[in-house]
Amino acid sequence: MAAVGDARGARPVSPASTLAVLERALTVYRRVWRGSVFSGFLFPVMFLVAFGIGVGGRVGQVGGVDYLAWIVPGVLAATAFQTAVGECAFPVFGDFRWTRAYHAMRATPVRVGDMVAGWLLYIVVRVEIATAAFLLVSALFGALRSPWAPLTPLVCALVALAAAAPMMGVAARVEHDGWFALVFRFVVIPSTLFGGVFFPVERLPAVVRPLAWLSPLWHGAELNRAATLGGVPPWPVAAHLGVLVAFAAAGAVLAWRCFSRRLED
Amino acid sequence: MTMMAAARVAGRAAGVSPGRVGAVIARNVGALRSGPAYWWVLLSGFFEPVLYLLSIGVGVGAMVGTIEAGGRVMSYAAFVAPAMLAVAAMSGALAETTFNFFFKVKYGRTFEAVLATPVRPVEIALGELGWAMIRGSVYTGAFIVLLVATGLSSVAGGLLAFPATMLVGVAFGALGMAASTLMRGWQDFDLMAAGQFALFLFSGTFSPVGDYPAAVRALVEALPLYHAVELVRGLTVGPGGWALAGHAGYLVVLAAGCLAVAARRLERLLCR
Amino acid sequence: MAEQPLIFARGLVKRFGDFTAVDGIDLSVAPGEAFGFLGPNGAGKSSTMRMIGCVSLPTAGELRILGMDPARQGPAIRARLGVCPQLDNLDPDLTVEENLITYARYFGMPRGLARRRAAELLEFVRLADRAGGKVEPLSGGMKRRLTIARALVNEPDIVLLDEPTTGLDPQARHLLWERLFQLKRRGVTLVLTTHYMDEAEQLCDRLVVMDGGRIVAQGSPRALIAEHSTPEVVELRYGQESPAEVAVKLAGVGRRVDALPDRVLVYAEDGDAAAAQAHERGPAPASVLVRRSTLEDVFLHLTGRTLVD
Repeated sequence: MAAVGDARGARPVSPASTLAVLERALTVYRRVWRGSVFSGFLFPVMFLVAFGIGVGGRVGQVGGVDYLAWIVPGVLAATAFQTAVGECAFPVFGDFRWTRAYHAMRATPVRVGDMVAGWLLYIVVRVEIATAAFLLVSALFGALRSPWAPLTPLVCALVALAAAAPMMGVAARVEHDGWFALVFRFVVIPSTLFGGVFFPVERLPAVVRPLAWLSPLWHGAELNRAATLGGVPPWPVAAHLGVLVAFAAAGAVLAWRCFSRRLED
Repeated sequence: MTMMAAARVAGRAAGVSPGRVGAVIARNVGALRSGPAYWWVLLSGFFEPVLYLLSIGVGVGAMVGTIEAGGRVMSYAAFVAPAMLAVAAMSGALAETTFNFFFKVKYGRTFEAVLATPVRPVEIALGELGWAMIRGSVYTGAFIVLLVATGLSSVAGGLLAFPATMLVGVAFGALGMAASTLMRGWQDFDLMAAGQFALFLFSGTFSPVGDYPAAVRALVEALPLYHAVELVRGLTVGPGGWALAGHAGYLVVLAAGCLAVAARRLERLLCR
Repeated sequence: MAEQPLIFARGLVKRFGDFTAVDGIDLSVAPGEAFGFLGPNGAGKSSTMRMIGCVSLPTAGELRILGMDPARQGPAIRARLGVCPQLDNLDPDLTVEENLITYARYFGMPRGLARRRAAELLEFVRLADRAGGKVEPLSGGMKRRLTIARALVNEPDIVLLDEPTTGLDPQARHLLWERLFQLKRRGVTLVLTTHYMDEAEQLCDRLVVMDGGRIVAQGSPRALIAEHSTPEVVELRYGQESPAEVAVKLAGVGRRVDALPDRVLVYAEDGDAAAAQAHERGPAPASVLVRRSTLEDVFLHLTGRTLVD
C-alpha cells in the first residue's frame, strides 16, 4: 500500500503547522487543566508524604540520604513517565476514533510529522508544568541536595518523549481501548514499581534487573537522582541519555508510521 | 454470601426478581467477552496487587525490616499483604461501579434500553453490583491463594478473608454507584480518583495509623478503607476479636446506606 | 487560463489489496464548475474524493490538482482545498468559533485574520449566535454548516463536499443547498458526491455517474436525462398481480417498461397517453403516478439497480 505521500523528498515537519497542532492541544488543555492538577501534582505529592515520610520513617537511610530525598527524583521521573503515557493513550486514540481530529488535520497542509511533533511538544509542556510544581514542593521538603537539581526538568522532558512517542504509535494502531489497560498494567505500573523509584534496582534479583534497564523510567530516575543528590549514576550519563534518545527517536518513527497508516484508510 | 444476603433483603423490600438481576449481570459478561483483549484484561487485573506486594512489601520491605502492628511483630510484607487484598477488593468494585457504570448511565444509554424491558432500576443497581462482585472476587480469590501459598496468610485466615473481601467489595461497589449517580461529568472523576488514591495511601495500608498525628488518625479511622484493611488484616494475620465485628458492621451499614441512595437516585435519573 | 482544468485525471485507479475501488477513470473539472459524483455506496465516489483531497494516493494513473502532483505536493495542494468530509469531524472540546480559528491556524493563517474570517463565516452559515457555544448541542444541520464554514476558512479554490446532506432533515437540506448555491454564485468550484438525485439536479452543472469503480455516464443533469431516459415516467402499482407479470403484458407501451419489486415503470414521451394505454392492456392499477423523469431513472437505466440500499 502506498504510504501517504508527504515525505517523498519533502520535509516531514513544518514549524508553523507543528505549532498550530500544539496550539490546538493547548486550547483544549486550557479548558480541562483542573483535572490534571490531581494526577500531575497532587498524586505525586501524596505519594511523597505517604512513602517519603510515612514509610520512610521506618526505612532510615538509603544510599547515604533519608528515604524521602532518595525517592523524590524517582517520583519526579515517574510523574513524567505516567503523564506522558496517559496523555498519549486515550486522547490520541480518541482523536482518531471519536473526534477524528487527525482526519480533520489531514485535509489541511498539516503533515503527519506535524501531528506527531505537535502532540509531543504538548506532552513536554504538560510534563514541565508538573515537574516544576513538584520540584518546588520537593525543595520545601528539603529533598534537593545538589546544585544540579535544576537539570531534572530536562531529564523529565526526555523521559516524557521516550515514553510518549512509542505510546502514540500504539494509540494510533490499536482498534480497541481495552489495550490501554494492558499497557498500564504490564508496562507503566511495573516500571513505576520496579524501575528504581521506591528501592534501588540492585535489590532486584539479578535475572529481572535487565528488565528495569529496558524501561525509560529507570534511566530517567537514575539521572534525576544523580542531579538532586549529586552522585554519579550507575551507567555513564551519555549511556542513560542515549537510551532515552533512542526510545524517543524510534518511538517517533513508529508513531509517524502508525499515524500514516491510520490516516490512509 | 454476604452479597446474596444483602440482595435478598433488599429484594424482599422492593420486589426484585433474581432472574432480571441475573439478566443484567449476563449482559455485562457478554459485553466483556466481545472485547478483543478479553482474557488478557481479565487476567491482568490480578497482577496489580501482586506487583504492589512484591515492590512495596518485598522490595521496600527489605529496607524496613519488621513492623509492629496490633501488638504483633511481623515482616513488612505480611503487614502490607492484607492491605493490598482489601485495596484490590475496593478498586475492583469501584472500577466497575464508577467509570463503567457512569458511562452506561450517561452516554451508553445501555440502561435506557434495559429499562424498556421489565427490568427495574433497583434491579439494574443490584445486577451491576453483582457483576462487580463476581469480577472482584476472581481477583481477590486468586490473591488469597497466593498469600496462603507464600505463607503470608494461614489457610484458615485465607478462608475467612474471602467473604470479608466480598463485604468490602459490596460496600465500595455500593459507594461507587451512589457516587456515580451524583456525578455531574467526567471532571468529577478526577476528584473521585484523588479521593481513592488518598484512601489507598493513608488507610493504614503502608504504615500503621499509629504513626500518624492524632487528628489525622481520627480522620483515617472514620474512612471506609481503614475498616476494610483492619478487617482483612485481623482475619489473616491477627489479632482477631470483637473489634473485627465493629469493622464489619461499619461496612454493612455503608453498603446498605449507599445502595438505598443509589437505587433512589437511579430511579430519578432513568425514569424521568 | 480558464482552459486549464483545476482537477485533471486520466486512467485513475485506487486499489485496496485485491479490491479495486476506482477502476481507471478520466475526469476534468473546470474553474467555477459545480461537479458531482453520483452513485450508490461502494461505487468509488469517496475513494476518488480522497485522492482529489490528497489524503490517499492513486495506485495508478495520472492525477493533477491545481496543476500539481498530489504525491509530491500534497501540503501545497491541500492548502488551497476546502474539505467537508462525510462524517463530521468537528472538535467537540472546542467552541464553535475555536473550531474555525484552530482550523485556520492549520493553514498558517495569522491569529487576527483567523478570528475575523471565523466571524465572517459564522455569519455566512448563520451560526453567529452560537459562536461561543459548544459543538455537541448543535443539530445535525448546524454541524454540517459549521463543517462547511470550516472548509471555507482558507478561501479555497476548490471545495470538496462528500455527501453534504446525508442524514439531514428536509429543512436542513434546503438551507444547506441555498448556502452552497451562494458559494457557486461567487465562483467557487464545488466538487461533491451524493446519492441523492434531487441534490445532483439542484447543485451540479455537470456530473458523472459511477458504478463499480467506473464512470458509466457523464454530462449535465438535463443531458443525462435526455440521453438515458424519456421526458416522463409513469409509476404503476398493482394489488394482487406481481409487477414482473404485469410488465410482460405491458410490453410495447411507451418507450420502455421496467418491473421493480413494488411497481412498474413505463418510460414515455407522453406520460398520460402511456398511462391510458397501460389501463387498456393490463389489469387495473391500484395507483398511477405520472411524473417528470429524474436522475434516479437515469441511474436505474444505467445500472439496473435502484439507489435505495
